[in-house]
Amino acid sequence: MTPALALTGITKRFGSLVANDAISLTLAQGEVLALLGENGAGKSTLVSILFGHYRADEGTVEVFGQPLPPGQPKAALAAGIGMVHQHFTLADNLSVLDNVLLGTEPLWLPFSRRREARAALVDTAQRFGLQVDPDARVAELSVGERQRVEILKALVSVGQRKGARILILDEPTAVLTPAEAESLFATLQQLVAQGLGVIFISHKLDEVLRVSHRIAVLRGGKLVATLPAAEADKAMLAELMVGRRVEMPRREPDAAVPQAEVCTLRGATVRGANGRAVLDGVSLSLHAGEIVAIAGVAGNGQQALAELLFGLRELDAGELMLQGRAMPARASAWMQAGVARIPEDRHAVGVVGDLPVWENAVLERFATPAFSKLGVIKRGAARQHAQSLIERYDVRGTQSAGVDTPTRALSGGNMQKLILGRALMADGEKAPVLIVADQPTWGLDIGAVAYVHRQLLDACAKGSAVLLISEDLDEIFALADRIAVMHHGHLSEAKPAAQWTLTDIGLAMTGEAVHAP
Amino acid sequence: MHLERRAQTSRALQLAAPLIAIAFTLAVSSLLVLWAGAPVGQAYALLIEGGFGSRFAWGETLTRATPLILTGLAAAVAFRARLFNIGAEGQLYVGALAAVAVGGLHGGSGFELSPWLLFPLMMVAAALAGALLLLGPALMKSRLGVDEVVTTLLLNFIVLLFVSMMLDGPMKDPTAMGWPQSVALQDALQLGKLIERSRVHTGLLGALVLAVLLWALLKFTTTGFQIRAVGANARASAFAGMPVGWVTVKVALLSGALAGLAGAIEVAGRTGYLTLDMSPGYGYSGIVIAMLAALNPLGVVAAAIFVAGILVGADSMSRAVNVPTYIADVIVSVSLLSMLVATLFAQYRVVFNRRASHAG
Repeated sequence: MTPALALTGITKRFGSLVANDAISLTLAQGEVLALLGENGAGKSTLVSILFGHYRADEGTVEVFGQPLPPGQPKAALAAGIGMVHQHFTLADNLSVLDNVLLGTEPLWLPFSRRREARAALVDTAQRFGLQVDPDARVAELSVGERQRVEILKALVSVGQRKGARILILDEPTAVLTPAEAESLFATLQQLVAQGLGVIFISHKLDEVLRVSHRIAVLRGGKLVATLPAAEADKAMLAELMVGRRVEMPRREPDAAVPQAEVCTLRGATVRGANGRAVLDGVSLSLHAGEIVAIAGVAGNGQQALAELLFGLRELDAGELMLQGRAMPARASAWMQAGVARIPEDRHAVGVVGDLPVWENAVLERFATPAFSKLGVIKRGAARQHAQSLIERYDVRGTQSAGVDTPTRALSGGNMQKLILGRALMADGEKAPVLIVADQPTWGLDIGAVAYVHRQLLDACAKGSAVLLISEDLDEIFALADRIAVMHHGHLSEAKPAAQWTLTDIGLAMTGEAVHAP
Repeated sequence: MHLERRAQTSRALQLAAPLIAIAFTLAVSSLLVLWAGAPVGQAYALLIEGGFGSRFAWGETLTRATPLILTGLAAAVAFRARLFNIGAEGQLYVGALAAVAVGGLHGGSGFELSPWLLFPLMMVAAALAGALLLLGPALMKSRLGVDEVVTTLLLNFIVLLFVSMMLDGPMKDPTAMGWPQSVALQDALQLGKLIERSRVHTGLLGALVLAVLLWALLKFTTTGFQIRAVGANARASAFAGMPVGWVTVKVALLSGALAGLAGAIEVAGRTGYLTLDMSPGYGYSGIVIAMLAALNPLGVVAAAIFVAGILVGADSMSRAVNVPTYIADVIVSVSLLSMLVATLFAQYRVVFNRRASHAG
């Protein structure tokens, strides 16, 4: 049988970088093929070639035996290839139907063909079992529903004559709760049952094993393995992805010895600009030598909680104490008190990208006597400090210009190591009193994730209290002694990790259990 | 086709960018010279001759460059911190007004104070006046988020009308045959000549010293570090504990003071009294100069001399071959635009046939 999609010898170079190196792949009808690989492995490049955004230097793409003309997104659409991007491309203030119409309809028609479009939408939704109200406004939909609209849009808008035959999903679970991810997986089963071929891009091993029939692993632009999912396991996939064995550090159960309370929140309330509480009566207590994780879908108040503990936000009600003292909402005061801070957005908040590495290494402490005297920066001392940070925290990518390298030239992982080192080295050899890590491994590849985890565990062993805010449940279960779940500004009780099941957390993340007494 | 940021800009490219920009500017402007019916080669030769070709030309150029250096520094330091001060023109005039007010105290006698005391007072008053004029917009920006481009630009018109009122009213020189001008500063308060038989005055030295000081401030001090960090990424700076609002205010005071000094030095060094046509837009040209210099204080000196030379040279070219002097404004404006484009290409490269900027 002709495969739905056949890639043969696809090679793509960017200057000296070979992003795709002679990659050959096939996708059968009714199959879910997972494309697994770290950041920079070549997944996005391959998909972009498939979708006509890039033109391959060598190799061909065939759809049902027909060669696909290179570099033409329109041809890809006409051949029945649909794509759902990681970040939604919906207009919030329009209805589902309008969103599907948008970009589908030719702009020069005098009237929009709403009736035909509605029929196509309802028909497709029924065929694939995707429940969506065509007249609902996108703003009112949940994240999971929005993704369903994205999928519908892809299905309706491509290959209108022949219908969609191949669907590409780029990191589709990144924004979903566990329950929503489950429902997406069920949808995928229905899609492939209808004969669609699905390419599922991910770097999460569990879901790849769970959802796909075959797994293609990319590393450094090369296809290192294609294997049936039934024959794969997590450790093996991780090794294929990284090219070496990766020890993911884990918190030993019962490793936490109860120590002194470091930070306390009681009834902490923070209001947003519109007066609504973004943090609503949150109580939490953090102890030295313990890792507490806050789980939850982004946007449920985690940012306000983090900013509170970064010293960037004022409490509107309640109490916040650090080592028995009430703290002012001033970042410098929190740093002086020994709080190590790792922000969520490392590019926009963690570093000043245009400044060199050495200036970012002392960004939080340039005014202290160690790095300045009478208002003049001690450049020698600061550069020395940056150099030792680079060596100690293994920050790579500074070979050519050393500490003068512009910080934005660093990769995400190395940038995070710089931020981590800056925060952890603030007080010499002394471990920080408290480490507040907001999504510290977001977007990092496995090696860097393991590194960050190890640093957090080490600091905790040396007596730091650690607050880990994360959306990644694997990470939370690997590190946390206690877990609390955040939903709509409310924080559940922080219970020992062993007392939580995945189902409980999933329910709590959607607000089912948090309000219960 | 799209732009992709270069990981690093090479030294050669950094140096080549302004040269290519100037070459492009001359090429574009030559079309206008042709249109005006003058021979391009001769016109440019006259322009360069008139700006830089003789002792006299250099004298005029340096005289013109003095206020431009100061307004250029005012714009450069503010823009470094992303405080877009478009109000240097107004700050220059209030500085000049404060200078003649202090220098002309008590009917021009200054209460018989020693010039050693009165002159510094005059300069401090000018710097303070400029600084205070920018303080309002800076506070409104940092506290209320009001766009400083609008407020500083509009303040220029208010200040000019205010100066006009003062020169026609309380500060009018009764001996000026009805012209709206201030009382002249006494000779002891005027700046000495730096070069004999020219109009170059010691204010040029002052401007150069301030340029070096500002360069050192930005490069070596904690304040300069804060200014650069806040300008490059205010959110990250706030996260790292910098008082972003206070840094903005400090920069505003510095920028306004520099522009105010430009006015005072122009009065004390060149005109001796204040009229409403003292500045042919030095405040606005300062923005162009700061951008041409890529906001580097030492570069501002070079850019100010370049712009001053073009302005002076265009005057003499216009007399010789009958090309309107406005060609100078065209050259300066086009050079700014091509400089901005050149800087863009020095920082980014053009990539064809790629949509996403990362390979992954």
